[in-house]
Amino acid sequence: MPKVSLFAPHRLVLMALALILCLSAAINMDWSWMERYSQDIIGGLWRTLALLTGTAIIGFLLSIPLGLAQAAGPAPLAWLARGFCTLIRGTPILLQLWLLYYGLGSVLPYIPGIRQSWLWPLLSEAWPYAMVSLSLCFAGYGGEVMRGAFKGVPNGELEAAQAMGMHPFTILRRIWLPRAIQRVLPTLNGELIMQLKATPLAATIAFIDIYAVIARIRQETYIIYEPLLLLALAYLIMAGLITLGFRYLENRTQARR
Amino acid sequence: MSVQQLLALEPPGWGGYLLEGLLTSLQVALAGYLLGLLIGTVGATIKRGDNLLARDLVSIYTTTVRAIPELVLILLVYFALPEAINQLLQALGLTKIEIGGFAAGVMVIALVQGAYATEVIRGAINAIPPGHIEVAHSFGMHPFKIFYRITLPEMLPSALPGLSNLWLVATKDTALLAVVGFTELTLAARQAAGSTKHYFLFLLAAGVLYLLVTLISNQVFRYLENRTSKGARHA
Repeated sequence: MPKVSLFAPHRLVLMALALILCLSAAINMDWSWMERYSQDIIGGLWRTLALLTGTAIIGFLLSIPLGLAQAAGPAPLAWLARGFCTLIRGTPILLQLWLLYYGLGSVLPYIPGIRQSWLWPLLSEAWPYAMVSLSLCFAGYGGEVMRGAFKGVPNGELEAAQAMGMHPFTILRRIWLPRAIQRVLPTLNGELIMQLKATPLAATIAFIDIYAVIARIRQETYIIYEPLLLLALAYLIMAGLITLGFRYLENRTQARR
Repeated sequence: MSVQQLLALEPPGWGGYLLEGLLTSLQVALAGYLLGLLIGTVGATIKRGDNLLARDLVSIYTTTVRAIPELVLILLVYFALPEAINQLLQALGLTKIEIGGFAAGVMVIALVQGAYATEVIRGAINAIPPGHIEVAHSFGMHPFKIFYRITLPEMLPSALPGLSNLWLVATKDTALLAVVGFTELTLAARQAAGSTKHYFLFLLAAGVLYLLVTLISNQVFRYLENRTSKGARHA
């Protein structure tokens, strides 16, 4: 299919329409609440981004052994890893989060001595539960991706490294892992956007992210459209930035081939 | 109460309530999924067609819907859309309508599924050798006939893995309706948990039910994949 220029006539019309729509929304709609809540909105955005990056990093680090165990590990380990991935991928994230927060949270206080331990202040807040639950979720989905990625690295490259006398750990660090990640960058892009879309679930356990902030604004001001539109726009921009970042990474890793 | 008593089908056990929730979840998921497939088929056809404007509009739809969290879409459809429709209806002098949890849930899932299905189906149709469809054209077959005699059977083997994934996403997305107070499986489990204070048990039970749905669906789709790829050459 031939590529259509960005400035094809129908696209210019679409862009003009979008511009008119945005301008009329900015002028005709009620945005007066934004100034009053600007601090909350920025704080919420920051917390959403912190939750996203934190869980994505921890989850990705966990997904490496999960993928490795399934691709090349001994049978019991491979079986365990596959079981974990099936469990995570087979149940809704909301349920996992609630199971951890309400389920585990209702059992934990009965463990003797836990109220006196240093862990208690952490366990009585919402964010550790959101962090753990979403990290495990990313690990489960990522483990499946990394399994395919590790399997897709040509055997010859690993054999060559072995023949050079590299330590297995060095092979993993220098060749197997980088080559695997390079192959699945587009998939990881999708997974990261999925993770971004999962972060507002944390608002259901009283984690104050951008979604929770907007929900409070809606309740307090009774404004119907504007906060929701701003929320959708915020997620659109974040997803766009993630995709741009990955495109940059893909270009960089491909140039070095 | 013991675990058996808590999970008993008859009240005061909550087992029946959970199963009712599961049934509602599956109904919403199935209706949303089928509607989504319809949207996806239309979207894929447009994206492969010659109309530049329609192609761009479909691209805008798939890109935005796939970038906005389902939870936000649910709020938009559940709170903002009825308001907008009612304002329009009032301006026309008509009576107000109400969008219930079930309808909103089906709409959101269909919207999301449609965006993803468009890409899955487009990819699968692109994998069909173009000659096959051209031959059908030159025989003077009606486009609908071409679709269900040539395109559909030929694209199914490559579309099914993606479509089975989408079905699983649909079943899991129904859980999000709990946030707007629609009693499907997840909210049913939480209500049961809240009134008995056995949070762990009921949420775990709901998890097991979701997992069963996933595992059974996997088997069904594996069977379908084997059936549709009969006669295909395996490299």
